[in-house]
Amino acid sequence: MKLYREGSRLVKGISGPLIFVGNARNAALGEIVEIQTERDSRMGQVLQVDGDICAIQVLEGTLGLNPGSCTIWFERDVLKVRLGQALMGQTLNGRGLPRDGRPMACYEKEVPITGSPLNPSMRESPNEFVETGISSIDLLNTLVRGQKLPIFSGSGLPADEIAAQIVRQAHVPGNPEKFLVVFAAIGITEREARFFRDSFEETGALFNGVFIVNLASDSAVERLLAPRTALSIAEFFAFEKGYDVLVVMTDMLHYSEALREVSSAREEAPGRRGFPGYLYSDLAGLYERAGCIRGVKGSITQIPIVSMPGDDMTHPVVDLSGYITEGQVVLERGLQARGVYPPINVLSSLSRLMNKGIGEGRTFPGHRQVADQLFASYARSREVARLRLIVGDEGLTEKEKHYLEFGSVFEKEFLNQGDRARNIEESLFEALNALSVLPDEELYRIPSDLLEEIRRSRADVK
Amino acid sequence: MSSCGKITSVAGTVIKAETVKPVANYEVARVGRERLLGEVIRIDGNVADIQVYEEIDGIHVGEPVEFTGELLGIDLGPGLLGSVLDGIGRPLSGITDNSKGSIFLERGFLARSLDPLKKWVFTPAKKAKDPVYPGDIIGFVREGTGFLHQVMAPPGVKAGPVSTILPEGAEVMVDETVCILENGPEIGLCQRWNVRTPRPFREKLPFNEPLITGQRVLDTMYPVALGGAAVVPGGFGTGKTVTQQSLAKWCNAEMVVYIGCGERGNEMTEVLEEFPHIIDPHTGRTLMERMVLIANTSNMPVAAREASIYLGMTIAEYFRDMGLNVALMADSTSRWAEALREISGRLGEMPGEEGYPAYLGSRLAQYYERAGRVRTIGVPDRKGSITIFNAVSPGGGDFSEPVTQASLRLSGAFWALDKRLAESRHFPSINWKRSYSLYEKALQPFFRENLGDEWKEGASFLKALLDRESELLSLVQIVGRDALSEQDKWDLEMGEIIRIGFLQQNAFDPLDSFNTPKKQMLFTRTLRELHSTVSEGIGKGVLHHNVQPLDLLRGVLILRKSGEENFPGDASAWLTKVRRSLADMEEPCR
Ligand SMILES: Nc1ncnc2c1ncn2[C@@H]1O[C@H](COP(=O)(O)OP(=O)(O)O)[C@@H](O)[C@H]1O
Ligand SMILES: [Mg+2]
Repeated sequence: MKLYREGSRLVKGISGPLIFVGNARNAALGEIVEIQTERDSRMGQVLQVDGDICAIQVLEGTLGLNPGSCTIWFERDVLKVRLGQALMGQTLNGRGLPRDGRPMACYEKEVPITGSPLNPSMRESPNEFVETGISSIDLLNTLVRGQKLPIFSGSGLPADEIAAQIVRQAHVPGNPEKFLVVFAAIGITEREARFFRDSFEETGALFNGVFIVNLASDSAVERLLAPRTALSIAEFFAFEKGYDVLVVMTDMLHYSEALREVSSAREEAPGRRGFPGYLYSDLAGLYERAGCIRGVKGSITQIPIVSMPGDDMTHPVVDLSGYITEGQVVLERGLQARGVYPPINVLSSLSRLMNKGIGEGRTFPGHRQVADQLFASYARSREVARLRLIVGDEGLTEKEKHYLEFGSVFEKEFLNQGDRARNIEESLFEALNALSVLPDEELYRIPSDLLEEIRRSRADVK
Repeated sequence: MSSCGKITSVAGTVIKAETVKPVANYEVARVGRERLLGEVIRIDGNVADIQVYEEIDGIHVGEPVEFTGELLGIDLGPGLLGSVLDGIGRPLSGITDNSKGSIFLERGFLARSLDPLKKWVFTPAKKAKDPVYPGDIIGFVREGTGFLHQVMAPPGVKAGPVSTILPEGAEVMVDETVCILENGPEIGLCQRWNVRTPRPFREKLPFNEPLITGQRVLDTMYPVALGGAAVVPGGFGTGKTVTQQSLAKWCNAEMVVYIGCGERGNEMTEVLEEFPHIIDPHTGRTLMERMVLIANTSNMPVAAREASIYLGMTIAEYFRDMGLNVALMADSTSRWAEALREISGRLGEMPGEEGYPAYLGSRLAQYYERAGRVRTIGVPDRKGSITIFNAVSPGGGDFSEPVTQASLRLSGAFWALDKRLAESRHFPSINWKRSYSLYEKALQPFFRENLGDEWKEGASFLKALLDRESELLSLVQIVGRDALSEQDKWDLEMGEIIRIGFLQQNAFDPLDSFNTPKKQMLFTRTLRELHSTVSEGIGKGVLHHNVQPLDLLRGVLILRKSGEENFPGDASAWLTKVRRSLADMEEPCR
């Protein structure tokens, strides 16, 4: 308990989630304040100080705040989150407090939730294969330990299911005892949150995880804190306790919208679609809190979910996420309509760290070539499918018909695995099976030993 | 020189401070009790706006500000090679020992770009009484495993005869004097330079020589001149970074300055992990020994991003002044422009197009103007160059946005990366219709002299066939492939062979990642022969249908892995085989 606090009663105005307070001569940027009213007490954070006036964002929102009857107490501290082994299995709100609102009594340390940038020269390249059990990821857009790989999803597409499936199936190399899931629900609905909770409960991830929940009905300002809280916790477990932490954050669109709300209340010049110009730096401050560090055991792997309004990949939040993260898994409505699950568009998807995690000794020799062949052939098959719409079947050559058939086998058998996990050998088997539809001269990237295998499987079919 | 002030307002990366004495624009300030580094960027009466290079959480109004009286500068001297600096020139890891950095970046720390305690062995190039003018080489020290780091009289030094100079073999630290002139000036091993001021040179020289990138599509089709500037715009995942890293690895520059400007931390790590283990074919030393890395990753403070490109440019100029060809790459210009936009927004300036300040174009021009091929100041007479490779990351991949457009106007080569090509994993995803190089003409004499007329003919052949292919493809959209003539079908296939065999180049395959111009020429020669050979066969009645099983594409993919020496032999053996198969097919037609 502090004996002396500086306070101010001079609330000059309220705008959206912000209040403007006078007499704040000593306020610091990022400082925490308590806003005491007759009925309740709220928490705020100083965003800007100009002379003796400061702008404060109120975590609980400004509904019912009366400028005449509140006192602002300056806490002389920045927002911190309490960390400790006791977090395991807990559900917290966006600012890291247990749902009953009382700070955790037993903790090891307290850190500012904004974190500090990782020193790029102390990082270590992520390079260990994580088997997700999903063929289109494992074989074509491989996830590695310490990567940040978002899922881009239009509304109604099964991003949640796929994220839950990855949590359920992922084999992270290393000690399974030291695997931990940190889940941040950011402005999602009760129903979605329940889906994740149930799914994690089934697999035990709930027991071995930390849940940070900010629902759509909770405060928008607190939404800005939720991913930071989650990542502070993840950093603690990863870099101090040696855990391999998988952070699932959903939905980064809601996060960005909250940022936009605060920015517009501050009357900042809006950028594309009204999002502030610093959206890139702000998102980077979150996504970059992933990776591996030299000489440190743990790691942070991030799977953020980013909704694409109108399936638009050029939407600023999606676009900037793609610019920052290390690839993306993109869901496609067309595939969903054709009944393919998981409906992952492998061509627009990308794993930038794939090359580091595959090949001899990691997955299988020739992995890169098989992937390149599948990409090239599938891209070609989609071109032929487009061509067919114009010229019809009669206009197609024999070779082009082979491509059509390949495309269909690839989607119906290789992609469409349902929610059953496949190990990497099974994924490879399905891939070679699809490729066997094409004549040899079209398989120009396949190394000779695998080509032999394809020829054998063709003979078997006959 | 220094004076004090007091913070009056704090918002984002910019603070306002009241000054007591007048301060200079761009003067360096130490902000708050933690003495964070910043720079004055606007003055209004006794109020200065200061951009702060570090996170400013927790800073109070009322905290002190110290104005240092100096401009943002960097120590240039031995020890820069292989180092990793942040946007304002502080080393991110121990200079000799990479493990000395801290995991998270601390703030307010002041560290020099050079190790002040390291001893260097000096060899003089002047003797007593020799006149010394600015830019003169007065000696050298050996850096790393053999780089000769020239010690130059700094620009602006007052000329005069040498009074004393250290003897051969003297051990010196960067802050020590190596040479005293009779009229007073002392010349040290290192010199300080303000990053925002271009270093002087005698004259700019015309473009006459290419910078060899080792990338087939670039050198053969869209070459860049030594001292020129190339822009690499593309949406996310199109290959900007891989292209820049490939250039950093394989281009024939003698020095590389790589600015990670607002991009991923792991990409810096990649360079740090790989480059020390790759031997530069041109110098025989590791790649790290011809490189300076500047890292202001996306999660590092925005204001330092604005400064980082000037820092990189200044370092590049310093090596240019030694008479070296320097490649300077920034990944990405867009992040720099966004930093500019963010700061301008905080200052409440009137926004221009897409919120960028009206001076975006002129700032960018100042940067590009510092590139070029020059005759340096000082003796001996030296020629050096800075070639710029800048990535641009247009929002939504739309090239009509201001940063791409401004960059285009300032550069001579445009390597347009294409999302659709990248999606089908055609890498480098350089769009052969949209890209161009304005240097082609200036470079023709060089290519003719070194590789004969065939170089140009090869490039024309590739362009002609790619044009033909796209014409035919639009025809196919109407009539289907079967309706084409046999020759047209073959031309279509040839287009595919060129695209996949020649234009695509795998940056991760050691046998493919780099091609000398000679090999590129041999390669196009082979492709031309292949085209005419098969065309002849078709003229004699061979059906395209029967050409397909010859597996020509696979043949080309295997052939392209042959080294320069074996290439001619391997190519002619393969072509002979193709000819024989074609001849066999002709038989039954007769
Ligand atoms: N020349 C190349 N050879 C092979 N793969 C490439 C090449 N260029 C790009 N790629 C692939 O594309 C991915 C994205 O490239 P990157 O340079 O990171 O894109 P950007 O910087 O434009 O976002 C890489 O991870 C790599 O898999
Ligand atoms: Mg990049």
